[in-house]
Amino acid sequence: MTTEGLFSLLPLFLLSGFAVILMLLIAIYRDHNLTFWFTLAGFTASFASLFFIQAVLPRQIVPILIIDNYALLYWGMIILASSAVAVLSYNYLKEHEEQKEEYYILLMTATLGACTMSSASHFISFFLGLEILSVSLYTMISYLRDRLESVEAGLKYLVLAAASSAFLLFGMALVYASTGTMEFARISESLSANGVNALTLSGFAMMVIAVGFKLALAPFHMWTPDVYQGAPAPVTAFVATVSKAGMFGLWLRFFVMINGYRYGSLLILFTVISIASMFTGNFLALMQNNVKRILAYSSIAHLGYLFVAFLAGGKLAIEATTFYLVAYIITSLGTFGIVTVLSGKMRDAEDIEDYRGLYWRRPLVATVFTAMLMSLAGIPLTAGFIGKFYLVSAAVNSWLWLPVIILVINSAISVYYYLRIIVVMYRRIDEVTPAVETTTGTLATVGPVMQPSISLGGGLVLAVLTLALIWVGVFPGNIIQFIKDMVSSLSSAAMPMHTAQKIMLFR
Amino acid sequence: MYMENNFLLTYLLLIPLLGSLLLLFINKEKESLIRWAGFGIALLAFILSLVIYLRFDPGQSGFQFVNKITWISKINVSYHVGIDGISILLILLTTFLTPITLFSSWKSIKKKVKEFTFFMLLLEVGMIGVFVSLDLFLFYVFWEAMLIPMYFIIGIWGGEQRIYASVKFFIYTMFGSLLMLVSIIWLGVYAASFTGTFTTNLLDLYKIGPGVPHQIQVFMFLSFFISFAIKVPLFPFHTWLPDAHVQAPTAGSVILAGVLLKMGTYGIIRFCLPLFPQSATEFAPVISVLAIIGIIYGALVAMVQKDMKKLVAYSSVSHLGFVVLGIFAMTTEAVQGSVIQMVNHGLSTGALFLLVGMIYDRTHTREISNYGGIAKIIPLFSFALMFASLSSMGLPGLNGFVGEFLILLGSFKSPVLNSWAYTIFAASGVIFAAVYLLWMYQRVVFGEVKHQNLFSLKDLEKREIAILIPIFIFILWIGIYPGTFLKLSEKSTNTVIQQVLVNPNTDVKVAKQ
Repeated sequence: MTTEGLFSLLPLFLLSGFAVILMLLIAIYRDHNLTFWFTLAGFTASFASLFFIQAVLPRQIVPILIIDNYALLYWGMIILASSAVAVLSYNYLKEHEEQKEEYYILLMTATLGACTMSSASHFISFFLGLEILSVSLYTMISYLRDRLESVEAGLKYLVLAAASSAFLLFGMALVYASTGTMEFARISESLSANGVNALTLSGFAMMVIAVGFKLALAPFHMWTPDVYQGAPAPVTAFVATVSKAGMFGLWLRFFVMINGYRYGSLLILFTVISIASMFTGNFLALMQNNVKRILAYSSIAHLGYLFVAFLAGGKLAIEATTFYLVAYIITSLGTFGIVTVLSGKMRDAEDIEDYRGLYWRRPLVATVFTAMLMSLAGIPLTAGFIGKFYLVSAAVNSWLWLPVIILVINSAISVYYYLRIIVVMYRRIDEVTPAVETTTGTLATVGPVMQPSISLGGGLVLAVLTLALIWVGVFPGNIIQFIKDMVSSLSSAAMPMHTAQKIMLFR
Repeated sequence: MYMENNFLLTYLLLIPLLGSLLLLFINKEKESLIRWAGFGIALLAFILSLVIYLRFDPGQSGFQFVNKITWISKINVSYHVGIDGISILLILLTTFLTPITLFSSWKSIKKKVKEFTFFMLLLEVGMIGVFVSLDLFLFYVFWEAMLIPMYFIIGIWGGEQRIYASVKFFIYTMFGSLLMLVSIIWLGVYAASFTGTFTTNLLDLYKIGPGVPHQIQVFMFLSFFISFAIKVPLFPFHTWLPDAHVQAPTAGSVILAGVLLKMGTYGIIRFCLPLFPQSATEFAPVISVLAIIGIIYGALVAMVQKDMKKLVAYSSVSHLGFVVLGIFAMTTEAVQGSVIQMVNHGLSTGALFLLVGMIYDRTHTREISNYGGIAKIIPLFSFALMFASLSSMGLPGLNGFVGEFLILLGSFKSPVLNSWAYTIFAASGVIFAAVYLLWMYQRVVFGEVKHQNLFSLKDLEKREIAILIPIFIFILWIGIYPGTFLKLSEKSTNTVIQQVLVNPNTDVKVAKQ
């Protein structure tokens, strides 16, 4: 490896370095404030280094990592999202009794894992990144030890993630057995030379299970509502954004590199998964009374939308999915950010009744939440709309009528539950009942669960996210161009689907 | 005048937009200041639209006051606005009704005045935007963005069942518009296969739309049409309307009936017909049948309503059926009749909703059976209700007659429908309208005074008279001398018809009109 190769790893070095520094720091002097600022410094340094390493890209680091503009874009997204989570977590944790400092180490390593995944070019780095991320997440999800549901969620995630890792390993083993290599590029060569056999395909299918689990696609979504609900709100934000971005970045690269669009059976598999995710997410969200669960189901549906464009294949699919992911991350951080800043010491602001009349008490927070929900629903002038526009463009361009129609039906369904939250927020104050039966059966008083005031950091994050949401929604030109440039390293490798195949499949 | 950039329409959009933002900085305790400011801003927009009207040249057939600024160059979307003779009438209607409704809500909206005024002005931006957009992307943005303020107006200031009504309204419209979005994108992608670039520019798509392969054109046409039919609402997509109307506050109902429904019919004229002429002529008989079912069904259901507001709401279904029939008859008379009928319906139904709202503010009941014999107690109100009812049922000399007459005349000799039966059935709607409106009037205004507390009713006050008089002036004006308005839309109507009928793919062979 050359010096430049080492240099291009700087962002990852910084992340892991700061994780070690944090660990030592805590051993010497335990202080929440100090740890937090070091964490932010770590993220900032790592993010800043992205600009410096751009000059030496693209670079293949031994066979296991590929660092190109595409990876850089995903790193940027992941690190920014993690910083936002860090800021949101600071005030959230301050409320709680637990040891707070170790949380930041885990956040750092989880980010490292997600970054590793999005630049993986080999099964080893794929699996390593995934495990670094997952193991950190087990602990983060169950971080609030005195909350039963938090521990339960952590355990659930542990068991299911371990099972899905087993599938992943088995799938990798099958692919290795038939192609004799674990490098993405070599796998692609081998497939082109020898064609695909049942062994490889079943290997891919096994891997899809693990990918589907991490991305919370139906039918591998069972853990999502419980974990989203049980995890502390900022961790939920992390699970919804960073962990999915890392996995999706990897899977998109892998699929494009092996040119998976050649295999009709894989495409059918993803069509089924995408359609199932849209329906499952939206239908199950309709009946929920818990905001975190609603958002969990909504995220299942959104990943289903994302895979409609993924199916389209070609350059446009890479751009559209990446753009949609950016919009999705902004919005998810925003929605879970609001849940975070409103959450109190005893429990999170997750019951829909907690939001009753929010607008008349906290107009700004309610307005921001409304904007975020509108973006999820895909209303114009928000990032979510442009994202959906892009998705549909990619899908229509490839004649994917069936998924597009299902996307339309589902978007209309989804409006119902987004509106439900909005409706509650704008209920007049005179209708606000003092005490309400919560879904958990306990009698909770509305009000005390809410934070008396929004923390400066949380407010700042929400303000930045809202501005980004509107900015991307109104003037998406720059960001579209930016994404186009950044993913070009990958999209030049992408081949559009064979026309005859497209028509046969979906027309 | 066409190619030069003219910012007047942009100013027209900016006045209510900036005005609504300005309102946010006013202390919410100062309610009367907010009311005056909102009214003033809306009035300013009306004055500007009058300036635009005066500068408008009805002799031109193309779009005027065009303003085009690149918006998102990556997907070739631009901020592209302009008006023709059809849209200017609807813009005038919008800017005319907005200050009136704001003024009318001074007494009835007592809570959250600031938010209410804010949403009303935002709604005006959306409505004007829909009528001026010459880019499908921009159109879609306004079309959807306008949903939000209307949703809040029904959902916050509405009646008992407002949540149900507002959510239903939102989801119905949303489903339709998403279908349209897919078609818009497909059209853009299809255009790219000719010109090399994705485009949503309406003027470019006018050239491309008619050439879309037939099977796909049917799908495109239907997805646009369903989206508009939900908004109109055409039978059987009308079920959201009575709920929304009854639950909405008076101002919301007036805007909903007066302008929002017209966006559907406007969309059909502006997009469905010229973009997909072949499918439009093919589907014309089916759609006309639906329109006629709507006319008769709406009237019959209106007849049995016990609630005055619901009666007026169902009468909208009936009246809008006429408009749709006129559009799909595709003769100059019929389409012109439809355009003028859109304005008429806005005025007369708007007036009816205002009157129902005024008496509701006094008695807090809209049940017809609770009234009776109020002619002597509140004569001014009774007169105004008579006037509005007569206008709505199409009495010669008032505006409704002009529109309905032109539509019936035009559909009679329509080359596309090619049958008298449509006209005969549609004409029965006129009779039904007289029945339900006069019957309602009789039960409310004449007869014995049913309740003692009706005796203490106060007649219309100055503010309320000031609200109604401008509407009545226009009702009379259109009724007596419709030429002022018909002249505006004539050229543009002909252009649309030419786009449909003089098309190599259209099967209909028409003698030159």
